[in-house]
Amino acid sequence: MNSFLNANTELLITVVKIALLLFIVLTVNAYLTWFERKVVAHIQSRWGPHRVGPHGLLQPLADGVKFLFKEDPTPAGVDKFAYYLAPLLALALALTSIALIPFGPDPIRLFGHDIYLGIAPLDLNIGILALFAITAMSVYGVALAGWSSNSKYPLLGGLRSSAQMISYELALTMSVVGVLLMAGSFNLKKIIEAQAHHPEWGILGWNIWPQILGFFCFFVAAVAETNRVPFDLPEAESELVAGFHTEYASFKFAMFFIAEYTSMITVSCLCSIMFFGGWLSPFPASWRFAHYLPSAILIPFGLWVIWDGFRYETIFGRIILPGAGTAIAGLGAVFVLFPNVNEFIQGPFWLLSKIFVFLFIYVWMRGTLPRFRYDQLMSFGWKLLLPLSIVNVIITSFVILAKMQWWSAK
Amino acid sequence: MTAPLVVFFVLAALAVIGAVSLILQKHPIHSALSLIVVMIALAGLYLLLGAEFVAAVQIIVYGGAIMVLFVFVIMLLNAGVEEHTSISKMAGAPGLLLVVALAGFVAATIAKSTESVQAMPQTGEIASTLGISNMIFKDFVYPFELTSFLILVAVLGATVLAQREKS
Repeated sequence: MNSFLNANTELLITVVKIALLLFIVLTVNAYLTWFERKVVAHIQSRWGPHRVGPHGLLQPLADGVKFLFKEDPTPAGVDKFAYYLAPLLALALALTSIALIPFGPDPIRLFGHDIYLGIAPLDLNIGILALFAITAMSVYGVALAGWSSNSKYPLLGGLRSSAQMISYELALTMSVVGVLLMAGSFNLKKIIEAQAHHPEWGILGWNIWPQILGFFCFFVAAVAETNRVPFDLPEAESELVAGFHTEYASFKFAMFFIAEYTSMITVSCLCSIMFFGGWLSPFPASWRFAHYLPSAILIPFGLWVIWDGFRYETIFGRIILPGAGTAIAGLGAVFVLFPNVNEFIQGPFWLLSKIFVFLFIYVWMRGTLPRFRYDQLMSFGWKLLLPLSIVNVIITSFVILAKMQWWSAK
Repeated sequence: MTAPLVVFFVLAALAVIGAVSLILQKHPIHSALSLIVVMIALAGLYLLLGAEFVAAVQIIVYGGAIMVLFVFVIMLLNAGVEEHTSISKMAGAPGLLLVVALAGFVAATIAKSTESVQAMPQTGEIASTLGISNMIFKDFVYPFELTSFLILVAVLGATVLAQREKS
């Protein structure tokens, strides 16, 4: 038994990491629905979910149980194979793409093994290409769901989404070429490191400044790829009932939803990695006091949750909320007390904060923007985004070439 | 058997099964799905040879872009289940002959060069992104540009044909 453990440690670590990441991603997904409903509700001057658990925090759990126990009918006349394959494909591809994201620069040392945050090896040469390959395949989930349902509205939804994804994939891929040219690599870690050439520049060294055009194209195309507002035509409920997943119920429907939210997380990761410095801090490297920022956020937030919990209406909330608040504040205190831990969490902290900001922007857009008309969507993608991203590639290449000439002349 | 060899046989079997199923499936969408399986199995084989870039491009271009268009067109035309007719004798006899000839040719090639088939080619240097771009944009830049020009002509031709039909 021991020799087996020793021989296959790498494999075992990876399996544990996969299980852990799966658990985290699914939990985050569940709370993302809560977050989205709360934020949209507050944008529209409503309360949002607030009955199940304190502040509605147990609502995702109730939704999950509901999805599991609902009846799961298979409509007559569906193409069984493709009908069952579609949600599986959508979910599996969305979760695979998360596995390629590196979440931090430093390994944790546990039991004599360096464990990196992230499942794919950090030196994966084709990091970003592999992500695009998965994105390219994820069209099938939606297209097959629409076609196999053997029903009018899903078919229209599936066709719309295939057309939309094909159109925006071009702009999506072209818009990151500028970043790749600047980094000289497909590797996500090297892309981040290329933004830290001048440690004292901090936020000014990120790709967002030279690549602002690329970022605009990338973000718009990515929102379109994930089928979110204002590009959610495949599931436009006023025209197509629920689009491609009209005929899906129960957990198969939930799988499409988890896939959608997971790809939201992936896109947020990519935005922060490629344009916003990934795990780099926005402050200059010499500002050591900035390392206490995680604690400076966590401790007041935890204390506020405790204070809020003591005056909560229900007894359950008066027990749970102060407990959660103590845990949060305690985490902040741990970071202050143990400098090693504090050093380690800097990278993940900044990456996760940036991801959170992008998720908020996603929800914010959903609460604010109206949906595009179909012809507007197509002309926007082909006539504006694609030319813009090509212009961005040309400008970036010329600037890099000019820099190289200048350096060699000196 | 070593692990790469096992992976090779799994992927090779997947590619062959996908190709056979592509022909045997009655519904066009199922055939298209089988073709996607073949494409992905091939990408896996490239990955096994250390050609990461080629594998990724194989999935993006063939598995993604081209096959999505296939599926899209089949869905758009709403093509139904195909009718299977018995093979005509005219096509059957020469077809069988060709199959035997091809199988013989492949078998002869493998038999002649046992060593080169068994030894895994070291593609690491050539197949890296740098190696491929050097090859395309330095050594073979004119054939490459000519090919892209050919594709452009095809795109223009398709546009002209579609325009004429509309008016």
